[in-house]
This record gives sequence, C-alpha cells and structure tokens, in this order.
Amino acid sequence: MKSTGGTCYDEMLDADGTVRPAYAEFREWYDAQDTAWLRRQDAEAERFFRRIGITFNVYGDEAAEERLIPFDMIPRIITAREWRTLVRGIEQRVRALNAFLQDLYHRQEIIRAGRLPIYFLRDNEAFLTQMIGFTPPGGVYTHIVGIDLVRTGPEEFMVLEDNARTPSGVSYMLENRETMMAMFPELFTKIPVRPVSDYPRRLARSLRACAPECAGERPVVAVLTPGIYNSAYFEHAFLADQMGAELVEGGDLRVVDGRVAMRTTTGYTPVDVIYRRVDDNYLDPLSFHPDSILGVAGIMDVYRSGKITIANAPGTGIADDKAIYTFMPEIVEFYTGEKPILKNVPTWRCIEPDSLKYVLDNLADLVVKEVHGSGGYGMLIGPAASKKELAEFEAKLRAKPENYIAQPTLSLSTVPIFTKEGLAPRHVDLRPFVLVSPDGIDITPGGLTRVALKKGSLVVNSSQGGGTKDSWVLED
Amino acid sequence: MLGRAANGVYWMARYLERAENTARLIDVGFHLALTRGNRASQEEEWKSVLTTTGQGAGYLVNHGEYTGVQVFNYLLREKDNPGSVLQMIEHARTNARVVRTSITNEVWEATNETWMLLRDLLSRPVRETNLGEVLAAIRRQAMLVRGAMEGSMLRNDVFNFARIGTFIERADSTARILDVKYYVLLPSVAWVGSNLDNVQWDTLLRSVAGNRAYSWLNAGNMDPRGIARFLILDRRFPRSLVFCYEKIRSNMAGLAMQYGGETQAHQLLRDAGAALHQITIEEVFEKGLHEFLREFIGKNTQIGGAIAADYRFIE
Repeated sequence: MKSTGGTCYDEMLDADGTVRPAYAEFREWYDAQDTAWLRRQDAEAERFFRRIGITFNVYGDEAAEERLIPFDMIPRIITAREWRTLVRGIEQRVRALNAFLQDLYHRQEIIRAGRLPIYFLRDNEAFLTQMIGFTPPGGVYTHIVGIDLVRTGPEEFMVLEDNARTPSGVSYMLENRETMMAMFPELFTKIPVRPVSDYPRRLARSLRACAPECAGERPVVAVLTPGIYNSAYFEHAFLADQMGAELVEGGDLRVVDGRVAMRTTTGYTPVDVIYRRVDDNYLDPLSFHPDSILGVAGIMDVYRSGKITIANAPGTGIADDKAIYTFMPEIVEFYTGEKPILKNVPTWRCIEPDSLKYVLDNLADLVVKEVHGSGGYGMLIGPAASKKELAEFEAKLRAKPENYIAQPTLSLSTVPIFTKEGLAPRHVDLRPFVLVSPDGIDITPGGLTRVALKKGSLVVNSSQGGGTKDSWVLED
Repeated sequence: MLGRAANGVYWMARYLERAENTARLIDVGFHLALTRGNRASQEEEWKSVLTTTGQGAGYLVNHGEYTGVQVFNYLLREKDNPGSVLQMIEHARTNARVVRTSITNEVWEATNETWMLLRDLLSRPVRETNLGEVLAAIRRQAMLVRGAMEGSMLRNDVFNFARIGTFIERADSTARILDVKYYVLLPSVAWVGSNLDNVQWDTLLRSVAGNRAYSWLNAGNMDPRGIARFLILDRRFPRSLVFCYEKIRSNMAGLAMQYGGETQAHQLLRDAGAALHQITIEEVFEKGLHEFLREFIGKNTQIGGAIAADYRFIE
C-alpha cells in the first residue's frame, strides 16, 4: 500500500529537513560514526539474532520455517511529553475495555442504553457464552494488552487496533533494546532512555497479583504454549524464562482434585495462574473445540469454580473485534464518563447501507479489513490493488458487507531506517504493552515499533515483510 | 521440573552423543577402507558400520552396493534416513528448543550453533576430500555442547537427566560396537601375531577413541582379552561400560537426593551395576561375549525405559 502523496509526518526531520529536538543527540552521534563500521554492526545484529534463535515461523511458508524479523538499528524516539499523553490515553482505554467486558458478560448496560446494537454480539464467535455471569479472579479480564498506535502528525496519535487476546511482540521490545545496548553502549550514556528490561518482572508481579484465593504465598505461574511449531514460541520460552515461570504445553496439564496441575518428574503440582498463549477455542476440548490437543480438558470448570486464573480471560476477544473497535469512542465515554484521549482511526462499518455505498464508491482509496481477520491477512489496500483485485473485493463486500470495515489510507508517520545508501524514511506504528492487575494499570515506557521496510509501504506486519526498531521513551 | 522437560534434556543429550558416535564409526570405516586394497573387504567394513548403527536394513531400501561415498552420505545426511547425523542434530536442537527454559543460554546457543553449522556443512553431498572436515566438525560441536553443559549448568535434576541420557547412549553404543565385532576377540581366532587381527583390534579401539589410551596402558601389546577388559571393565576409560554405569549411578543418586527418594529404575540400575562390578573378563568369555553384550544392551534399554516411566517423561 502506498502513501497518498509525500506529505506525511517524519519523526526525525521537520518539513525543511531540520532534525527535531527528540533526535538531536542521536543524530549528532550518528553523523560522527564511520559508515563502514555502521554497516558491519548492521550485519552483526543479524548474526546475533540468529545465534540466540530469535526467529518466528511464517504460516503457509514451509521453505522458510524459521525466519528473522529484520531489525533496524535506528531507534524510534518518543519524548517524555508525548509519552505522558499516550499513557493517559492508554490507561483510559484499557480501563474502559475491562469495564466493557465485565458489563458484556453481566448486565449488558451498554446494550440496554442503546449505545451498542445487540447485533454485534450475536453470532460473534469471540463472545463466549461460557463466560456469562462469571467474574474472573481479581475482576481482571485483559491482564496483558497491546494497543497499536499510528501517528499522523505532531500531536496526532490514533489507535489502529486493540489487542486484548494474547498480544505478542514484547520479546522483540526487550531483545531489540538488549541488542542496541550491546552494539552502541555509548548512546545510552549520552541519551537518557527509560529502561524496559524490567517488563518480565512486572509481568510476573502483575500475574501473581491476579492469583485465585486458593493460591499459596507465592503463586505458581505457568506460560501455556501451543509448542515449538507456533510462530511465537521463542517469545513464550523467553518470557517464561525471564519470569522464572514454567513453560507448559497442554499435554503437561490435567485437572487433579479440582485444580489444574502440571506433570513434574515427581508428580502433579497445582498451578495458580496460567498465562496462556493459546486461543480461546483451543483452551478446553470439553468446552470448545472437542479435538484440541493444545488445551486442558476441564480447565473451564476449574476456572468457573475460581481455582485458577487464566490470563487473558477467555472471551476477551470480543473487545478487540474489529466491528466493536468502531464503537470504542462510545465505549470509553460510556464507562469512564470522559472524552476519549486517544482517537480511533475513522472507520466505516460496511453493514450500514450508507457506509457501504461510500466504501464501494471510494474503494480504490480505502483500506478494507475483515472483521475477524488479523496479521494483515485478508485485507484490501485500495491504492495498491489492481483493477481485478478491486473487482473481486467489491463482489465480496456486496455478498457479505457485515464482514468488513473500511478505513482511509492514512499518511502514517515515518522514521528513518538504515540502508546501504544512508538513512531513508519508512512508515511505522507503535505497540506499547499494558499490564492490568487489581493493583493498577502498568505501562512499560517503550513498546514495539514495527516498520515497513519497503519504500512507501504502509504494511508493517512481520508476516508481510515488516521489521522492528528499538523504541525509546526519553526521561523528563 | 516438568516430566516433558526431563524427556527433552535426556534426548537432547542422547542424540548429540549418538551423532558423535556415528561420526567416529564413519571415520574408522573410512580409515579401514583406505588400508584395504581389496574391494570385497572394503564393502564388508562399510556394511559392518551400517550394522553397528542399526541402519543396515534402511540402507538397502534404496542402495545395492556398499561403496564408501554412498554409505557415509547415507549415514550423514540422506533425506530418507531418519537416523542420519543431520536428523539427530535436528532432533537434539528441537529438544533443546522444547526445554529452552531449563537449559542455560550457553547450552542453547552451542546447540543452535551446532545445528546451523552442520546443516550448512551437510547441505551438499560429502566427498572423500572433505569427509575429514565434516567428521571433525561433528565431534568438535558435540564436545562444545557438552562443555557448555559442564561449565554453565546448575548441578540439579536438569543436569542429571542430561548426563543420564549421555551415558545411557554411550553405553549402548560401546556395547553395540563390541557386539558387531565380538568375533575378532574370540580366543579361537586369536592367532598370535596375525597382521589382520592387529588391524581389526586397532579398529575396534579407534571406534571408541580408545586406541591411544589402550596402547599407553598396555605398552603396545594387543590381546583380545585385554581389549575386551578395557572396553567393558576399565573404570578409567570414559567409554567403557563400567565407566558409563558409574556415571549413571552417580547422576541417579543426585536425583534421589534432590527428590528425596529412589525409584524402580534405581533398583534396576543397582542390579545391573553390581553385575558389571562383580564379573571378571574370564567369566564374560565363559558366558559368551555375544550373549553378555546382548543381555547388557537389553538391560540398558530397560533402565532407560524405567527412568522415563518413573520420572513421568510422558503421560
């Protein structure tokens, strides 16, 4: 997808090519470095990642079973003031998401108040009837949230997507910083960058704070992974390791005496908190997919009896559904009584006839997304699509308009990447990671910056050839 | 520790050991083939290498002749051989990924590096001219991983399971090597001074990297009984059956200590260990070397199975 014209906001340089204050110290350092040396460091970074095994698997691409997400060594820099605004906006949004989930699975006041049509819950697989009337331990639904932000101007951050199920990518936030500190230690003595390295400890603390009442003094936390063939296995192992938690698979767990327990070399030991990186549908073959071998038979019964915490709670997917996303401004206002601090990207719901007409009339300028899709699959990028693709998508839209939403082609901000020819601007987004527990909302200063490596491209997904950058939040 | 993780470190260690032992056998086969002019006896050598690794039948599915290049490529890298060195290294690495949170970064990185390097080296057919380099890399990398374990891992259950895997595999390998060649050690064919047997004995010792040690201990005198004693009963030689069992015993004792109790596997191991300690080489030959070795291999497998069951490797 191409940006519409060359007027997008560059985070390093202003319109007349002057370096913005946030990047001043970095740029001064960069300009003083020997280019040949920088090129060598760039190549070294890739070897480093391969050796420690930071790889991901791409679905449907067997030849490249394990790939690296390309790392770009130019940092993305966010000022303390920008970050303060983001934090307020994210906190507000995450509070609203949890209140919304609590309400949807109980009294559904928002529907009674006529602010959300009930249609959007009906036939929506992400809404789990098994969760109706049940409150998770500590009242927390979304223990870990990733909010995808895009920037279109100096003060303009917008939410592109909420990830309330099992957001991934946090290991890249951590490893990218490690890599930068190993390659360019002197940068961190010159520039006051807020650390991110305590994220695993914060995550462990946050998860323990959500433990059920039956847990002992020191709750047992386990990370549930689908296994080594999952695309994010590296991250699952990494987080378990850093938290000092067990990394378990479905086959390690079973229900013993009304608790979920893991098979150790000396017998079954109860688990208190499961940080699951397995989708809702695979969690429990007795409640969901009967042939799932990734989950634990009977875990939902244990859950409903309050003897285990599942993070994130089953059924949170309804809150990051792309159709529900379009209601987020109303949702934030309804539950917080405040105006949303972070805006949504303007979005047309194709289910509404007027919107559908607009979308069809302007298809070549819009981005159309499937309501239940993710990872950049199944979407149409109007400006980059051929006539044939447009026609095909038009047919799909007419056949099932309720399956789609549409958004304008945004002129996303750019940050330079390192290329053989020097610095070159590329579009970026930002995913900060948010932890929720009864003790409060905790946002690690930083996040994952994804960057479209192709010139002009707006698709930052790693499954579609995007890369990542270290994201710096500056100290005050 | 999770039962599945115990299974993972145990097999990771076993596969690495097996890859190294296979490399050694190929090396010996190659060496021997070079010293034998006659084609029939060269083929015989390669055939016995395949038999020792238990891959004789698999080889015959797609191959008719026992030429060196074909055999060592089959053993090292052929796609349709599930027991190739390349496959074993992949299995070792897959197991290391599974237990990544139980092993240290050093061990993981050494294993991952081993896989990257060998995958690259074995991506093209191996020729006689670079066979030496490939085999040396396999041995070196296996030692690198063992060294990383030795130097970086906590001495706890994880380490003990890895070591048990190493020595169960090594004992199995030494016993199989001996068993395939047991006839060269039988007294009936021990012609004094026969040149042929000297080569055969030397080969046997080389297969377990014991030729130098044996010569040093015996001032260069080769005799079949001495060789058998060395490979089975010598407590100083790190590939002898007794040595392997002494190691397994001590690692199993570590588990019993940490977990506060013994299992059925401990009892089986004690019985097998006692039998090894009490027997003399004369008694081994009296019983029949072949019978003794078959029995040993069977018990070794049984002990491995008991450990897997007692420590809940699988559901």
